[in-house]
Amino acid sequence: MSIVLTVFSVSLISTILATLVVLADKVLNNYGECEIDINDGDKTFMVTGGSNLLSTLASSRIYIPSACGGKATCGLCKVRLGSEVGAVLPTEEPYLTKEEIDANVRLSCQVKVKSSLKLYIPEELFNVREYKAKIVRITRMTRDIKEFQFALVNPASVAFKAGQYIQVVTKPYANIKESVMRAYSISSLPTNNQELEIIVRLVPGGVCTTFMHEYLQEGDELSLRGPFGEFYLHEGGDTLVFIAGGSGLAPIKSMVFDILRQKLDKKLIFFFGAVTKQDLYYVDLFTKLDAEHDNFQYVPALSQPDISDEWEGEIGLITEVVGRYITDTADMQAYLCGSPGMIDACIRVLEKAGLSQADIYYDEF
Amino acid sequence: MDGGPAISPIILLFAAIFTSNMVLANFLGMCSFISVSSEYKTASGLGKAVSLVMIVTTVINWLVYRFIVVPLGLDYLRYIIFIVVIAATVQIIEMAMDRYLPDLYMKLGIFLPLITVNCSILGISLFMIIRDYSLVQSLFFGLGSGLGWWLAISALAAIREKIAKNKLPLGLEGPAITFIITGIIALAFIGFSGIFIIQ
Repeated sequence: MSIVLTVFSVSLISTILATLVVLADKVLNNYGECEIDINDGDKTFMVTGGSNLLSTLASSRIYIPSACGGKATCGLCKVRLGSEVGAVLPTEEPYLTKEEIDANVRLSCQVKVKSSLKLYIPEELFNVREYKAKIVRITRMTRDIKEFQFALVNPASVAFKAGQYIQVVTKPYANIKESVMRAYSISSLPTNNQELEIIVRLVPGGVCTTFMHEYLQEGDELSLRGPFGEFYLHEGGDTLVFIAGGSGLAPIKSMVFDILRQKLDKKLIFFFGAVTKQDLYYVDLFTKLDAEHDNFQYVPALSQPDISDEWEGEIGLITEVVGRYITDTADMQAYLCGSPGMIDACIRVLEKAGLSQADIYYDEF
Repeated sequence: MDGGPAISPIILLFAAIFTSNMVLANFLGMCSFISVSSEYKTASGLGKAVSLVMIVTTVINWLVYRFIVVPLGLDYLRYIIFIVVIAATVQIIEMAMDRYLPDLYMKLGIFLPLITVNCSILGISLFMIIRDYSLVQSLFFGLGSGLGWWLAISALAAIREKIAKNKLPLGLEGPAITFIITGIIALAFIGFSGIFIIQ
């Protein structure tokens, strides 16, 4: 009898409390319909308030870049607001500079939609879509780098600029219960707009790279969001220097092929840094390109070649090799993609050679 | 049933702040006390939120205990009941604050979910039952304990902020020095003991 009474009482109390919470949620968390106004009337629509801005916008098919999916740990989902929404939260503070706070820039995942809002986002984001894509081919490039080719299913084509990136939305696997989003540069050509190719290096313990390398099979379907990013060919520059390491080759491959395809009157030189010969990939592809085009030069460099590599190319850290090649920086632009350490070191070398910071574009990961 | 021990609520208030401080004398609520005390501003925000939740939950738990738990003879279930009541109360406070006091929510809101699992909150409810406090006594006891917790974490955070700029011996950084500081503050609070005795 007492067991029945216990179970009954606990259930009753829990039910009453749960009902109270649900009622409170309905009454207190109901902010009604709110109007979202983007870029002073470029786009306006009604949404139901009560959720965070990032997911509210996503439900209206406007995708703000975000790698953590709304946990305030990546700091990517910044938007500038035109309406007052209260003080900056302690969760946002680490990701915002003083200038950004003064300009009313906030992390959209931490702003709750409670009333009509005005906000400003780069116009490119209007083109961002969520794509269903099918893996058509997975190719191993080196011991830890694989190339993934996607065929777009819905929508069936994408418009992007060479150098931009997309986000891969993973599915839960093994003991990873949540899906995450990670950004990867597109390595294929914008003209081939029904397929996308990305290059992923396996990061030990990486949630997305492990998923991509070890769980994904040819034929699987995935969600992709994009395109994002401002790492693409900018105006000016007769000579373009590209420097990449590891999977940083991806956006550079797309840009180099795109420039050569358009027969732009520019001189290109591409430095690729690796440790040993087995870390190099696409060597035949770029060597062939070098032979076919007078205005393209391919410089792979190894920092510690094995004796068995029989390497006859450049030897040394990529910075040393770049320093040997780059002496005249007139009308030059540089595009860098790789680890933060490599990029910082290369920027120093290029600046020492006389290139101004404004002519150096980079994408670090 | 409404008598309680013969202690004036005012004495109970001060005793809960100083002589039987939740953290420094009873060692309850240590986890957030240690982990959220590296910055004074944040620590103070958490302290205020804890105070608020302590007052509200002691009153609600007192009423639940006297009018539901005791009549139904469910005394042995009070731990579970108190915990679910605290969890639900915190949820509702969070939503209400977000709606009606957005400025306060900006400052305290993110701490509220953290408080649900703060053991000092449950501790207060259990102490008031064990010591047989009346509703008014419980209210003041809750208020005093909250203020005491706030005082303790603010003091610790202020000291940690000063220390952060100094070089510490290897192995003493982070939690190690925090525990030592906590111990010293607790020693200092022993100086208050004997002024009021509530347990």
